[in-house]
Amino acid sequence: MRSDDLRLDGNAAAGMLSEVFTADLTLARATCATCGMKQELGALITYAHGMGMVIRCSACDGVVLRIARTPTHVCLDLTGAKLVVFAAAAEEHVM
Amino acid sequence: MTVASTAHRPRARKIEWRLAAVTDVVTETRAAKTLLLDVPGWPGHRAGQHVDLRLTAEDGYQAQRSYSIASAPEEPHIALSVERLEDGEVSPYLTDVVRAGDRLKIRGPIGGYFVWTVQIGGPLLLIAGGSGIAPLMAMLRHRAIALDRDAASRHRVPTRLLYSVRTPDDVFYRDELARISNDDETVDVAMTFTREAPPGWTGFSRRIDRMMLAEVTWPPTERPQIFVCGPTPFVEAVAATLVELGHDPALVRTERFGRAGGSS
Repeated sequence: MRSDDLRLDGNAAAGMLSEVFTADLTLARATCATCGMKQELGALITYAHGMGMVIRCSACDGVVLRIARTPTHVCLDLTGAKLVVFAAAAEEHVM
Repeated sequence: MTVASTAHRPRARKIEWRLAAVTDVVTETRAAKTLLLDVPGWPGHRAGQHVDLRLTAEDGYQAQRSYSIASAPEEPHIALSVERLEDGEVSPYLTDVVRAGDRLKIRGPIGGYFVWTVQIGGPLLLIAGGSGIAPLMAMLRHRAIALDRDAASRHRVPTRLLYSVRTPDDVFYRDELARISNDDETVDVAMTFTREAPPGWTGFSRRIDRMMLAEVTWPPTERPQIFVCGPTPFVEAVAATLVELGHDPALVRTERFGRAGGSS
């Protein structure tokens, strides 16, 4: 398997992230903790492996988010995302 | 915080695993089938979204893959087009073993990033490599149904599809694409055959390159909404060339079909 085959879009992590977040995190704008670049997570490069995914910054290649599943747990590392901003659920804004 | 329009806000809800019933299996190509699924409780999807599909063996071993939804949100069944990969763990089962009446575990719809709705509008430029046509087909079908008989709104969403396949036998949705292309003057379908073209073919017969993209796409000043889907190297080459041609990277949305966690 070539390394190209493992490179996907942040969009590919949406299913796994849905196990943690009710909002679609791939639509969130994340600020890279390494370089400060702000981008939608769905637009970033994702490296998929058997156990999980690593989302990297498109500007500096720094790790923005890591998520993995073990037989009993889901592990999420967001230290590479300084700030994550996403639209609040629609129902909460009914006026 | 400003309270913006909630029209495009995703509604918070847990994406649950559901048991889908296979209602039909349609042959697309020698290596690909489309599974039509009836999914009780399906919350509806938007064109471009995918599902996760999970198979569990008798010994408890599980394998999970993502498949784009090829059907329009307006259609009664969820259509998943699956291409058999010879060394695949999941796809040979789906293409060769699954029959109408079987049940499959899926969760979705997933992913709000690679999504197009008629409200987003156009011009709409769709570029597919191989089985990457599936989510783009959902967009074409959604457009056709949502703008049915409404010539004025169709003209407001001019649409072009550039579809790269190896041989004539690899074309998904062949008849439907021909029908859309013939019946709707606001949709142009351009094919390119990279290995073997049909006899008498006068269209493109090479890999998508800068010259082809310049010929098929609108000028960047028209700000087309661009969706590119296919194998990772294909998507990256096309997206990079579109940006070189001057298209705004924010309008070039990509969906890479890898083989790990992808459609294998």
